[in-house]
Amino acid sequence: MRGRFGRLGGLASSLLLTLFGLVLVTFFIGRVMPIDPVLAVIGDHAPEDVIARTRAAMGLDHSLPVQFAYYIRALVQGDLGTSVMTTHLVTEDIARYFPATIELATYAIILATLVGVPLGVLAAVKQGSRIDQAIRVFCLAGHSIPIFLLGLMSLLVFYATLDWAPGTGRADVAFEGMVPVHTGFLTIDALIENDWDSLYDALGHLVQPAGVLAYFSMAYIARMTRAFMIDALSGEYIITARAKGLSALRVIWRHAFGNIAVRLITILALTYAGLLEGAVVTETVFSWPGLGQYLTVSLLNADMNAVLGATLVVGLIYMMLNLLADAAYRLFDPRVK
Amino acid sequence: MSGVRTAWPNLLDRDWLLTDSPGSRSQALWGQRYRLWRDFSANRLAMAGLIIVLALVAMAIAAPLLATHNPAQQELTNRLATPSAAHWLGTDELGRDVYSRLLFGARVTLGMVLAVVALVAPFGLAIGCIAGYYGGLVDKILMRTTDVVLAFPRLILALAFVAAIKPGITSGIIAIAITTWPPYARLARAETLTIRNTDYIAAVRLTGASSARIVLRHITPLCLGSLIVRVTLDMSSIILFAASLGFLGLGAQPPSPEWGTMIATARRFFLEQWWVPLMPGLAIFVASLAFNLLGDGLRDVLDPKQR
Amino acid sequence: MKVEIDNLTISFPSPQGMRAAVRGVSLTLGAEKLGIVGESGSGKSLTARALLRLLPGSAVVRADKLNFDGIDILKASERDMRAIRGRRAGLILQDPKYALNPIMTAGAQIAEAWQNQRKASRKEAMQAAIDLLAQVQIRDPKRVAESYPHELSGGMGQRVMIAMMLAPDPELLIADEPTSALDASVQAEILRLMEDLVSRRGMGLMLISHDLPLVSHFCDRVVVMYAGQVMEELQAGELVRAKHPYTRGLLECLPSLSHPQTRLPVMSRDPAWLA
Ligand SMILES: Nc1ncnc2c1ncn2[C@@H]1O[C@H](COP(=O)(O)OP(=O)(O)O)[C@@H](O)[C@H]1O
Ligand SMILES: [Mg+2]
Repeated sequence: MRGRFGRLGGLASSLLLTLFGLVLVTFFIGRVMPIDPVLAVIGDHAPEDVIARTRAAMGLDHSLPVQFAYYIRALVQGDLGTSVMTTHLVTEDIARYFPATIELATYAIILATLVGVPLGVLAAVKQGSRIDQAIRVFCLAGHSIPIFLLGLMSLLVFYATLDWAPGTGRADVAFEGMVPVHTGFLTIDALIENDWDSLYDALGHLVQPAGVLAYFSMAYIARMTRAFMIDALSGEYIITARAKGLSALRVIWRHAFGNIAVRLITILALTYAGLLEGAVVTETVFSWPGLGQYLTVSLLNADMNAVLGATLVVGLIYMMLNLLADAAYRLFDPRVK
Repeated sequence: MSGVRTAWPNLLDRDWLLTDSPGSRSQALWGQRYRLWRDFSANRLAMAGLIIVLALVAMAIAAPLLATHNPAQQELTNRLATPSAAHWLGTDELGRDVYSRLLFGARVTLGMVLAVVALVAPFGLAIGCIAGYYGGLVDKILMRTTDVVLAFPRLILALAFVAAIKPGITSGIIAIAITTWPPYARLARAETLTIRNTDYIAAVRLTGASSARIVLRHITPLCLGSLIVRVTLDMSSIILFAASLGFLGLGAQPPSPEWGTMIATARRFFLEQWWVPLMPGLAIFVASLAFNLLGDGLRDVLDPKQR
Repeated sequence: MKVEIDNLTISFPSPQGMRAAVRGVSLTLGAEKLGIVGESGSGKSLTARALLRLLPGSAVVRADKLNFDGIDILKASERDMRAIRGRRAGLILQDPKYALNPIMTAGAQIAEAWQNQRKASRKEAMQAAIDLLAQVQIRDPKRVAESYPHELSGGMGQRVMIAMMLAPDPELLIADEPTSALDASVQAEILRLMEDLVSRRGMGLMLISHDLPLVSHFCDRVVVMYAGQVMEELQAGELVRAKHPYTRGLLECLPSLSHPQTRLPVMSRDPAWLA
């Protein structure tokens, strides 16, 4: 057991290293930017001495390493600066927008898992058959379709033409701001408030963006599940299990699937991390008020504090999920001692 | 006579290609290639991918010949037109011919893909081979760096990078390349590690070949098979990546006929004139699907273990 | 219990068309010990697995007769097959390292076999598993029951395998090279244990091996296979009287301490054997 946690310590240190790399990169991106950060704050036409004073106040008259030290210190204190666009602290903005992204990504991964894993298992069990081929094409299509095309077409068909789903945004105008914020997750807050209409509305708005995101990651999940399952099913212990007279279902799920479960958790964690990225594009299409949209709008307005802050936060979550994927492997697989 | 026989007269002779006892090195090589091709061409999906990819390349090269209009020519009286005999795929929000723009857009997209691959593959291969061959501290440092970059969220970092420099094709290419190379380095390293300890390399080392020569002449070529598979499969994600940048307004800038950019500018009209953003969207989908099908088929043939 | 195999042919699709891996094999087996011997790739495992219908999906099986105690294996439903596999016949594979499920404890795997098609609680099944482990002469059955396969030695793993296959009290045990992956010192121990259990329970045994003298030592009868065909069938005691050149070749190729040879002879093969 000690070995396991020892290795987790190694993982933590590699997380720190990666985090340091990320901070370094965002710092340099912030400095590389041709837009002068001073001018972004005080405008183009300020007099020379104001510019110089602001520069000093922002710590920009120091050498790069010193500036980096200041940057780190600010980060450690949880200071990501102020967004020029919203005039709020970046941390406040992120706290406001992030739950919407997490909510979206979580529903998407649940949907993707519920569909992708059984599809992958089915394809592996029927390897080489028509079903396998069909699933393969379905997954390759999911891998190949641009997420914004899928989103736009979904809006066109299910909202504009069929009117089955509500349009863009997180809630209808009538429901906007009706549910008091507890967790920031609209569906959970509505449940807490016992507000069934709001819940229904929120779920309705989730269906399309979550479905689009899910298809994208479902393809990957199904594909990896299939590959893992084919590998597991070719194992000798599968012959043993069948020779014991176990039912096909038990052989497939208890013996083969049981062996890939840990590897699959790893894949799910990685996919979830990928969803945070996919959310950037999806949120733009569906006007979803999440971190992705915040990031895009900040990008287009060259609001660098906001951009770097959001990049850091998403990067941090992404790395944590990567770490989690690794840790799951080390903690749950009896073969890792 | 038989010693100087060249391969080409026999390339159409199946028995010569499939013999169990090839008479020369080139016969064995061609036999192996023929077998790979036979396996590959039996996969209908992969063949479809190959044909589409070839067609795309041909269209990009011959765009000026195939185009019916000047892709930049505006016709403001004929905006957002439905497909017709005059404009096969309709016109966009400035009355430009969508079909002709798609053709020239193929040049931008494939050009970006080629540029990224040309940057990434040699770089990743070099890093991986060096790390794998030399091992020790070199390996540690290179692979640590690789892992750090690999753990970054690709799209988001690329977005921040592009926004910091200046949105455009060049910065798009660089941003994609910076976040794409690590898997290549890992792949090349893994391959190198397995090759490095073979008797074959030991024999080469005994002949007194220098390390650089061994890496360059003997190890790199052996990594190529899995690298090709990886590149082909990556091409589709590079296409999507580039298109996403364009769609978010951070890639190629209008009036470039880059497909993602075309969707971004036509997006406002998609509820009424849905075919305008749909056409470039389909182009992206077909191109990316084709590379995926091709890569999938290549993987089955070249790298059967991975499936 | 009686196994009857008549003219069994197993083929696989290949780029050059169907290729037969087993060709016209016939044999019978009652409550006795039958050895099947042949070099690697001669079709021993396929023959044995065909009997339990455990072949890969791509295999095409044909036979004039393939019966287990009167049940036609080729026509039996999957349900009938499970009644045979789970209850009436067990299969022991070569290498416990791969043949045991790596993420289940040995005890859980034995308990699963015992509990299958029986109405019993988890606890009873676990107790039964520990009893079975004791029967295969494991000194610390509790500890072994709680171990994962990678924590067990090869010999221990094979005992677990045997315990698992004996759990449902079968009438036939098929052992496919059960000792080939083990150290020489453990081989005899495992074989003796198996022989002892089989004799005591009056079961049939199909022992597959590439080691002719070993098999003849433990079996009543020996079938010699080569390239998917049966070359010869012998009573174990009459090995010296083997007529077929392939069998003779197998015997002569053995290194011997009593008659040391400077160079081991190489088997010469005659295409005419495969008439
Ligand atoms: N899944 C398969 N596909 C194609 N050929 C197979 C397959 N399994 C076995 N074979 C062929 O059948 C032959 C006999 O296999 P097997 O019964 O395992 O031999 P052994 O006597 O060593 O147990 C092998 O040489 C192999 O060529
Ligand atoms: Mg065998």
